[in-house]
Amino acid sequence: MANSIIRINELKRNFIVGSETVRALRGVSFEIQAGEFVAIMGTSGSGKSTMLNILGCLDKPTSGEYYIDEIEVSKFSNDKLSEIRNKKIGFVFQSYNLLPRTAAIEQVELPLLYNPNVGAKERRERAEEALRLVGLEERMYHLPSQMSGGQQQRVAIARAIVNDPVIILADEATGNLDTRTSYEIMSLFQRLNESGKTIAFVTHEPDIAAFTSRVVMLRDGRVTKDEPVKTASAQAALDALPASDDY
Amino acid sequence: MNFSNLIKIAYTALLRNTTRALLTMLGIIIGIASVIAMVNMGQSSQAQIEENISSMGTNLIMVMRAHQRGGGVNLGNANSQSLKLADVEAIKAQAKYVDAVSPSVNASGQLVNGSKNWPGSMQGGSVEYLAIKKYEIAYGTNFTEQDIASYAKVCLIGKTIVDNLFEEGENPIGKEIRFGKIPMKVIGVLEEKGQNSMGQDQDDILIAPYSTVQKRILAQNHLNMIYASAKNEDVCQLATEEIEKILRTSHNLSPDATNDFEVRTQAEMLEMMSSVVGTITSLLTATAIISLIVGGIGIMNIMYVTVTERTKEIGLRMAIGAKAKDVLWQFLIESGMLSVVGGIIGIIVGIIASYVIAQVMMSPFVVSVGAVFMAFFVSAFIGIFFGWLPAKKAAKLDPITALRYE
Repeated sequence: MANSIIRINELKRNFIVGSETVRALRGVSFEIQAGEFVAIMGTSGSGKSTMLNILGCLDKPTSGEYYIDEIEVSKFSNDKLSEIRNKKIGFVFQSYNLLPRTAAIEQVELPLLYNPNVGAKERRERAEEALRLVGLEERMYHLPSQMSGGQQQRVAIARAIVNDPVIILADEATGNLDTRTSYEIMSLFQRLNESGKTIAFVTHEPDIAAFTSRVVMLRDGRVTKDEPVKTASAQAALDALPASDDY
Repeated sequence: MNFSNLIKIAYTALLRNTTRALLTMLGIIIGIASVIAMVNMGQSSQAQIEENISSMGTNLIMVMRAHQRGGGVNLGNANSQSLKLADVEAIKAQAKYVDAVSPSVNASGQLVNGSKNWPGSMQGGSVEYLAIKKYEIAYGTNFTEQDIASYAKVCLIGKTIVDNLFEEGENPIGKEIRFGKIPMKVIGVLEEKGQNSMGQDQDDILIAPYSTVQKRILAQNHLNMIYASAKNEDVCQLATEEIEKILRTSHNLSPDATNDFEVRTQAEMLEMMSSVVGTITSLLTATAIISLIVGGIGIMNIMYVTVTERTKEIGLRMAIGAKAKDVLWQFLIESGMLSVVGGIIGIIVGIIASYVIAQVMMSPFVVSVGAVFMAFFVSAFIGIFFGWLPAKKAAKLDPITALRYE
């Protein structure tokens, strides 16, 4: 299993709310191999946010095993988890989470600032390269307020890939965008996936999940469905959109 | 975590909100500037007092008549006749540490020259009076022992009297002015001395032989004071003790009797004045320190606002790999930078302010290096002290909740 990026085994997560115990995850097991593009789906309350927090090393499971890049991290200290997030994970959020009044290039440099092994010159070069990959080489010095939603999300994606993570975790990354821009972003994710990036994409929209290659369905803290899907091309969907949208 | 990266993170965060950073710094700037200005001003007044008192002679010793008591009432020393010319002679003959000694008698009255007049006082002294009180003769001559012996009606006058009794450019030497009804011949004009530390005009003075003042004006045998000067500053204390011993003997005081005179030195005056200035300076400095603390609280307040406002940013930083201590350091560096930069600006403003104050008050311009260093470290300390709680709050945030914060 040399190319297993994520392997979880009997993952459970309980929350104590008042005197009650809420069992958000009730024993989830699956694996994500290198190069996969997985959609994690589920309604609200299904446990997909909890799942994503644990996968993103922001939260620790109550019990179970979690291997990321063959490292068992479920018992790691907060500081070690920070290092894992910094080196192995790239986050893309629904609301972009860009810093206000900060140029795109500096937003993208941010994860590398927390990595003591990357010098100033390398940091700048890698940030420029990441922005080029998302097609924003013309807008490196633009502020978030000078960019559209789609462009802001591209900056966020550049920030997620700049540290060369083993997996990109996207949380409803198209939730704030219109259909055309959503498809553009999905097309970008597909291109990143084709170039070898492993992506886990949390969404509740089936038409967005259709652009991935595998769907993991969660319901009430358990996996109810885990199967490969026929990947639709986001570029084709984009071309099929009526031209009138393009005012 | 690399420290230079943290500094870069902190200052880019501060630069995102320059107006707020500047306003927050203003509290520290004002606080530090006023501390610096107050300390410098205090030291400047101190220097000015020292300069003034030494212009009056640091080895000056004054012998005054003791206050009298009658039925428990302090009657002051005006009626005391305890000091006599014989005391001056005794000091002159016996004291080893005393360089010069002069009796002092004074009378006040109206000075008249033709149509001009001026309320003045006549100071009677010996030939050595000028040397003891550090007066120089600008032109003319001092009176002589001969003048003292003959109660000569001669006098030396200061610049204020020259200005008020004579026309501009008129030479007062050889002219006769009147002190009340007594005509006095001006034989010398004194070099200008300016004000002393108590604001007294030292040039508003007329000096005549003590015998003239005693016999021709006051008709008294006792003296108002005795002035003496110690051989040098170091033996001032010894000279004081010596004079006390000599006077007790010449006054025939029994060992348990209290002195009927008082011996004071300029050093004591200096100490007294300094302690007054010291008290005022510490009061002003305390006020300035309070404003500094208020400035610090301002920083704390803004840092709390910043942490709340940037909760989402903190969540993001944690998500992309910032450890709790990185976040703690970022906010500590931010508050530290605010207060240190504010402190440096405050030091500069304070030095400029003390320069302006020195110019306006015509006092020496002094920069207290100690105060500058203290101000710098105090401002750094304030930043860290008042930034600690907000930074701690930021570092304790849970990344999941922080990311969802709206």
